[in-house]
Amino acid sequence: MVERYVMSIDQGTNSTRCILFDHGGRLAAVAQREHQQHFPKPGWVEHDAVEIWHNLRRVIPEALSGANLAAEQVAAAGVANQRETTVLWDRHTGTPLGRAIVWQDTRTAPLVEDLRRRPGEEFFLERCGLPPSTYFSALRIRWLFDHVKGLEQRAKDGEVLFGTMESWLIWNLTGGADGGLHITDPTNASRTMLMNIRTLTWDEELLAFFGVPRLMLPEIRSSAETYGEARTLLPGLRLTAALGDQQAALFGQTCFSPGEAKCTYGTGSFLLLNTGTDVVRSRHGLLTTVAYKIGDQQPVYALEGSIAVTGSLVQWFRDRLGLISSAPEIETLARTVEDNGGCYIVPAFSGLFAPRWRSDARGVIVGLTSYITRGHLARAVLEATGWQTREVVDAMNADSSVALKELKVDGGMTADNLLMQFVADVLDVPVVRPMVAETVSLGAAYAAGLAAGYWPDLEVLRRNWHPAARWLPDMDPGRRDAEYDNWQRAVERSLGWIRPPRS
Amino acid sequence: MAGPVQSIERAAAILRLLAAGPRRLGLGEVAASLGLAKGTAHGILRTLQHVDFVEQDAATGKYQLGAALLHLGTSYLDVNELRSRSINWADALAARSGEAVRLGTPLEGKVLVVHHVFRPDDTLQTLDVGALLPLHASSLGKVLLAYGTTPLDAALESGLDAYTRHTLVAPEQLTQALAEVREVGWAAEVQEMSMGEAGLSAPIRGHGGLVVGAIGLSGPVERICDSQGRPRPSLITLIREAARAISRDLGAARW
Repeated sequence: MVERYVMSIDQGTNSTRCILFDHGGRLAAVAQREHQQHFPKPGWVEHDAVEIWHNLRRVIPEALSGANLAAEQVAAAGVANQRETTVLWDRHTGTPLGRAIVWQDTRTAPLVEDLRRRPGEEFFLERCGLPPSTYFSALRIRWLFDHVKGLEQRAKDGEVLFGTMESWLIWNLTGGADGGLHITDPTNASRTMLMNIRTLTWDEELLAFFGVPRLMLPEIRSSAETYGEARTLLPGLRLTAALGDQQAALFGQTCFSPGEAKCTYGTGSFLLLNTGTDVVRSRHGLLTTVAYKIGDQQPVYALEGSIAVTGSLVQWFRDRLGLISSAPEIETLARTVEDNGGCYIVPAFSGLFAPRWRSDARGVIVGLTSYITRGHLARAVLEATGWQTREVVDAMNADSSVALKELKVDGGMTADNLLMQFVADVLDVPVVRPMVAETVSLGAAYAAGLAAGYWPDLEVLRRNWHPAARWLPDMDPGRRDAEYDNWQRAVERSLGWIRPPRS
Repeated sequence: MAGPVQSIERAAAILRLLAAGPRRLGLGEVAASLGLAKGTAHGILRTLQHVDFVEQDAATGKYQLGAALLHLGTSYLDVNELRSRSINWADALAARSGEAVRLGTPLEGKVLVVHHVFRPDDTLQTLDVGALLPLHASSLGKVLLAYGTTPLDAALESGLDAYTRHTLVAPEQLTQALAEVREVGWAAEVQEMSMGEAGLSAPIRGHGGLVVGAIGLSGPVERICDSQGRPRPSLITLIREAARAISRDLGAARW
């Protein structure tokens, strides 16, 4: 019998990947392409949605040929995607109306301040579980309406479609302007500030508030159900799942029970805690979000601690400062010194996300002396990821009745042993990496395979999970406390840097 | 016998030319100095740039010798980069074989474990990244010796310690074993480092086929070998597939 596989499409912040998994959840083939990051102004981050669609058209056949597989061997496909990144396109031509505005983009910061004052956070938290932030899509739609002439009217006339990346790619895969499916799922929709967190439908009051016409929004379907078939590229390919990348990683880590948590280390880092079917409101700066909704089952929720800049700080170190030539070399450079030499980097490039939510913060490097070498800076880069994780874990422990006993990790940065040891050291709990580090892709594959009947139930998926590496805490408590204190003092210095424009 | 390869002679001339002066040279200068067509000189410069022997200044487009030439004797691939590029395939190998997987590169006459994936049986295991293994008594080390990633002479000079009665301690034994490794394309170690344990490894190749490291699995001898004490062919196939996948990723063309 010919073996069958599940295809996972991971449209991430830096690259678009296609991975094929077998029944054991083991990786069988992978292909990926990076796309360009556009930084037209300080604080602005954009992607070309057409470039991303073209990359997808290339990685799918590359992955298949890499493993010598025929299209018929793909049982189903699921999509995981960078969340909140906003694409608007023309319903009739399929042409994007400008570049996609990426989740790290802070151009909507003035609007955030307005919303905080009026109608205030509570209005939003009550409906969508999110506080106003530059992070979420609705503010970007509003910004585009306010800055692109005629766009709002065209949207009202039904000529414009909105989507995050999964909507854009599924629409294109299923026919585009010629009858493509315009859909999203609750995990992605829960990051727009437009979906009601309890009913999982577009919220009339929020739509009215932001002035977003219903006509432009995708239909919210379950995270795992048969959506339809591809009509291009691999005609007949069953599309059966879509999840935001971080929820996909939670699913891929098989955190199916309340109290289970994972942290994914990528461009940013995201700690999600499964809270079951309860909608839990955080009192410590975490977001309430949808974890997944399988078919017609009850939705499962999560608390999320989002950290905007972790891996992207390493990329900045590589691409903008040129101190290393590849991301993994950060570890080599950091190991040339014993410690950070008293230097701390707070990478508030897009303000600070969880648990502080300060859009007025910007990055700082503190503790500079003539002693500091690039090795110390490399340490400070890695340590910034560790301390930001610590702040989010502290918030989660404060919100939850049970303290975190072990952290499941995944993502590209888990290849960095120095960093993973540091995370274990500063959290003072073991850090465990599963056998598949590509849990974002695995989660989308799991959801797609469940919907397609490739896997029977969640228990089978759980049994696929095995630890591949475990880092145990090994730091003197006194040193941990002193370093944490230094970090917090460094963060204080990043706050309040951006001032409202003088009117 | 074939004569000299013209393009290699020309590449050598370009390197000598760039080494002659402190100044960066433009394509036109290189071509004119050596009497080459611009297209020819460009093709060679591009190839030299690809292997990091030549660098091109981003602003002026002029060429100079690459940093890699200064470090010709040392490994050109960062070990953390190697781990990062191997991690997916090492995971898949551990998951498929059911055994622990390690990656090794040479360090001061030993094998440095640069990556370790636990055996997927959920038992308590300790990460041993950073540990050092003997070259001649580990399958990873045998691969590194067999393919010249680390010099054999130095290993022989420092003496071959006996870990068990199966350890290859005679230089001719080891030399013979390494020739076999090159012939079959993988290395085995059966109870040579500790009794009851065995390991299998295959080479990871970078640009041009150069072996930059080894990937292998290890475990109880009865799981790694069949009842006759021979390495299980199914495991060898899995290791070689993983090694090939990583090598392809690193830019080795034919493996």
